[in-house]
Amino acid sequence: MKKRNGLNGHTILLLITIGLFIVLYAGGCIAYGSNGFTHLQTFLNILITNAGLICVACGLTVVMLTAGIDISVGALIAMDCMMLAVGMRSGIGAVPMMLLVLLTGIAFGTFQGFMIGYLGIQPFIVTMAGMFFCRGMTAVICTDQVSITKEINETFYNLANMKINIPFGGYTNKKGMYMTPYIRVTVVVALLVLVIVYLMLRYTKFGRSLYAVGGNAQSAAMMGLNVKSIRMRAHMLCSVLASIGGICYCLNTMAGSVSQALGLEMDAISSAVIGGTLLTGGVGNVFGSFFGVLINGTISSIVKTNGKLASSWPNILTAILLFVFIVIQSIFAAVRNRRK
Amino acid sequence: MEENVVLTARGITMTFPGVRALENVDFTLRRGEIHALMGENGAGKSTLIKCLTGINDFEAGEIHIAGIDGPVKNHSTRDAQSVGISTVYQEVNLCPNLSVAENLFIGREPMTAFHTIDRKAYNKRSQKIMDDLGISVDVTQNLENYSLAIQQMVAIARAVDMDCKVLILDEPTSSLDDEEVEKLFVLMRRLRDQGVGIIFVTHFLEQVYTVCDRITVLRDGHFVGEYPIAELPRVKLVAAMMGKNLDDLEEIGKDHTDNAASKELEISARGLSHTGTVKPFDLDIHKGEVVGVAGLLGSGRSELARAIYGADKASTGTLQVDGKTAKINQPIDAMHLGMGMLPDDRKAEGIIGDLSVRENMILALQAKQGMFKPLSRAKQEELVDEYIKLLQVKTAGKETLIKQLSGGNQQKVILGRWLITQPDFLILDEPTRGIDVGTKAEIQKLILKLAAEGKSILFISSEISEMLRTCSRMAIMRDGEKVDELDHDLTQESVMKAIAGGEQNND
Amino acid sequence: MTKKSLWRRLADSGLLLPIVSLLLVMAVNIVFDIVSGNNPFNFFMVTLQHTTSNGNVLYGRIIDVLNRGSEAAILAIGMTLVVSSSAGTDISVGSVMSLCASFCCMLLAGYGVSSTSTLAVPLIVGVLGGILMGALCGTFNGTLVAYFGIQPMVATLILYSAARAIGLLLCNDLIVYIRNGSFAFFGSFLGPIPTPIVITAVCIVVMSLLLRKSALGMYIQSVGINPRASRISGLNSRRIIFITYVICGLFAGIAGIVASSRITSADSNNIGLYLEMDAILAVALGGNSLGGGRFNLAGSIIGAYTIQAITTTLYALGVSTTQAPVFKAVIVILIVAMQSEPVKSYMKKRRLARTAKEGGAV
Repeated sequence: MKKRNGLNGHTILLLITIGLFIVLYAGGCIAYGSNGFTHLQTFLNILITNAGLICVACGLTVVMLTAGIDISVGALIAMDCMMLAVGMRSGIGAVPMMLLVLLTGIAFGTFQGFMIGYLGIQPFIVTMAGMFFCRGMTAVICTDQVSITKEINETFYNLANMKINIPFGGYTNKKGMYMTPYIRVTVVVALLVLVIVYLMLRYTKFGRSLYAVGGNAQSAAMMGLNVKSIRMRAHMLCSVLASIGGICYCLNTMAGSVSQALGLEMDAISSAVIGGTLLTGGVGNVFGSFFGVLINGTISSIVKTNGKLASSWPNILTAILLFVFIVIQSIFAAVRNRRK
Repeated sequence: MEENVVLTARGITMTFPGVRALENVDFTLRRGEIHALMGENGAGKSTLIKCLTGINDFEAGEIHIAGIDGPVKNHSTRDAQSVGISTVYQEVNLCPNLSVAENLFIGREPMTAFHTIDRKAYNKRSQKIMDDLGISVDVTQNLENYSLAIQQMVAIARAVDMDCKVLILDEPTSSLDDEEVEKLFVLMRRLRDQGVGIIFVTHFLEQVYTVCDRITVLRDGHFVGEYPIAELPRVKLVAAMMGKNLDDLEEIGKDHTDNAASKELEISARGLSHTGTVKPFDLDIHKGEVVGVAGLLGSGRSELARAIYGADKASTGTLQVDGKTAKINQPIDAMHLGMGMLPDDRKAEGIIGDLSVRENMILALQAKQGMFKPLSRAKQEELVDEYIKLLQVKTAGKETLIKQLSGGNQQKVILGRWLITQPDFLILDEPTRGIDVGTKAEIQKLILKLAAEGKSILFISSEISEMLRTCSRMAIMRDGEKVDELDHDLTQESVMKAIAGGEQNND
Repeated sequence: MTKKSLWRRLADSGLLLPIVSLLLVMAVNIVFDIVSGNNPFNFFMVTLQHTTSNGNVLYGRIIDVLNRGSEAAILAIGMTLVVSSSAGTDISVGSVMSLCASFCCMLLAGYGVSSTSTLAVPLIVGVLGGILMGALCGTFNGTLVAYFGIQPMVATLILYSAARAIGLLLCNDLIVYIRNGSFAFFGSFLGPIPTPIVITAVCIVVMSLLLRKSALGMYIQSVGINPRASRISGLNSRRIIFITYVICGLFAGIAGIVASSRITSADSNNIGLYLEMDAILAVALGGNSLGGGRFNLAGSIIGAYTIQAITTTLYALGVSTTQAPVFKAVIVILIVAMQSEPVKSYMKKRRLARTAKEGGAV
């Protein structure tokens, strides 16, 4: 009749993740302090580089909570970038194009969500088709790489290059110039998305029903939740967040090309898993995924700063982390089952 | 409608393809009573409950609920909830990854002015609900942190808080220990005193007599009777549940008891158990002997067999097969020792639905031989033909998918699967369930024939009469424990008395 | 009457879907050739053409389909078994192909060498090494799925993202070229026939023999359909699931060698890219349920070639390599939607309604 334990496995997983990030980052600071790793800007650069990924990881967390998956997000981003680039090249304004991208995301997500929620098809298969579709459509829109220059659209260009200065944490470089740390607009967007999704998951009916569906879909249905609709809306939300991520991504790369954001879905999935989201659904939160993204970013950053390590190390390290976390998750699950 | 009746069902009839699951069943539930619904496998308990809760669409009959004019017909559990019928199942239908409070309120959360969930409000209300019911929990903790008993009670609290007049508890105590069961009973009595009508489905006789006020018994989809608890002693209850259809079948000679099996032991179990399902037991089976295991559903009769066969690996104890100590970790080990088991749940553990009759029949022999010693097609066909003929399986052909066969013929195919392996010891768990009378007799004759050939058989059935006809000895199971072993004076009465136990027991 | 029974027989054997789709693709080709004024049977024309390096070789669109579809067909064999036994897919096969190619080339060239014309180890060592690497990857996946009970997609996600990178690491971040004629053999010609076609045929024959001459096929299906009943009947469900993953990895290794031999190099970033998707699609198109259970190897292989035929046809129609996935997506969606429960029951209802109507009319 007593409570079984105070700190449950999921909290432990999240703490491990945060701890791992701190250790990694501290390790980077110690090893590469002389290369500027200790500067605030290094951390901010991780945020800037990964702003799009943060949005996508939030989206994936949402579908993974319902025990779903979405592997179409990388391709959707490529399509978004290409739409933005080609659309603005043909003279359409930045704002209408961004709205169009969001609308496309909604439509695309609705279709995928319908197939998954109402037709009951495995999310992996549906979103695999979605991935094919988006990659192919990117090429249908334009097969070449299209860059977005100042001449093509000034608003977008300025938005991309806008620096938001941070009033502290600067340093004086070798030439004696004070470097003010800064972030980009995309970071603000990504952090806003993060906070909003966090609040949504915690304080709205929809947010809680996502957890219920992932925890036990049959029970959720018995308790009167519309499981089909919830699944569909989760996938819609994921595609919309991926589209927002796509805009952020485009603001970073300022180009559209067929091979853009290749494999980004796997980065997002591994971030979420490392952040403590269970692929079996029902457990996880976006802050964990945020730290997952940061861990991946830190690894890349360390490998880049080192300069001598092979470029494939970030992928391998991420996969090793993924392996460790998946095995830990399965052990936790086994222990829980045995207790029953 | 009677004064304090909350629910009546009259003449409920329901057919599944090929089976009449319920025929003209009546049920009456009064305010503030705990009403046991009893019956063996296939009696129609769960079908009746599904009719009440809107999961099954019954064909004929009417359900009336106090305060509602005209007959009620539910089409979903939601409908049922809206007329005040809530159900709590053995498998708790809650979300373990959410907090206790959320589980109480999901789908009907109190909202703040900003259209967000008012966590404070529902945590407070949840705490009050749980405190009022005398359940001490911290409602902000995740449900999975609590024992199954607490989860069960949370499910009940949710049902009660949704204004239920009828609370259905479907096997709620199966996974609880004694202390937890006692707590659950306290809660049940409290709710009864508040005027809730409770339908309690269980297979533990002890619990029925501890907590219930009234019993309704079903058998083979028929209404047997409704009795106040005081008027139905255990033996009568067991008799009502199991029936006395001695005359259904042609009488099979009982001479087998005389040719008393050889003195050589085939199986000798000492202190064998499986944690949580069957307590340590001893059992000897001689060569050429048919031993029956009698007990109610859930008494551990199947679990005893599973522990011997390694379907559930034994937690304690030793097993000797043919005089040698055996180590059985999984079924294949038992098979190599000459065992075979026909499991009671044909669909879940017997048939491989999408494979053909031929493949289903040779599967066990093939598994025994090993992957790289495949039986030639010709050999397979020869064996399958032989056993189709021997068992008189009615199938369009050897390549027909087994799922297209009737239940009885499926059972014969599975029986054939084991006979092909030429076992020395065969466990038959409810081999005649859901099978027509003619086939039943065939199977019983076959059992005697196998015994005459020197094979040993452990026969489990919920029909005492068919065990009486075939077995020379019977082990009696009650509440997961082997309580008795009868080898002479095997009669319907003596066996039922032993099964019922309780005040009828001289011990 | 006989026509109907043939139809029935096809439907029963589960080959209806793949064969109909293959015929459809062929029909599109014929129509296209008629419209553009070519010989209507251009698609099926096979001619002997003289090449300087290989002498007279077979040439034609259908040969091209068979040749280019080899890797997908080889992968589809393993994928069919994995889907059948575990009701899940192995999404790592494309990456594993790449890893095997890299490992093979690394062995042949020696570590750190980016281009070589003399082999560091005998050819057979390199090739077997590559294939064994595939089996090793399969062992890893199989252990996670069968013994740790991790969902197949999740378990194979690890190698999906790591295998390619490990390959790059083995090749020291280089594209390793093997400029030795003997290695190119696997991707060129055996007599007049493209070697990949021969290799695929050998793989298919060996696998069918294994399935026919051992009880493996029945074991896999049995475990896929009802693992509990299989266990009671004496099968070791976990071991069987494990074996299917090892086999799947092994075939990924073979496919990797073929793909690498075609370009006589180990291009980690591009070998096997998206091929896991083709393999999964081939299984689905082959009429196999992705929910596991009964499988039909022939269907998967026809499915793989159908996909290649679609791709080849699209190229012939002037669709670019990068645009072709749009059509694949539409096909996947149509197939899975048709197989989905709600659509099926809707169709059944309609059919019943129709027969009832007809019955009423008569």
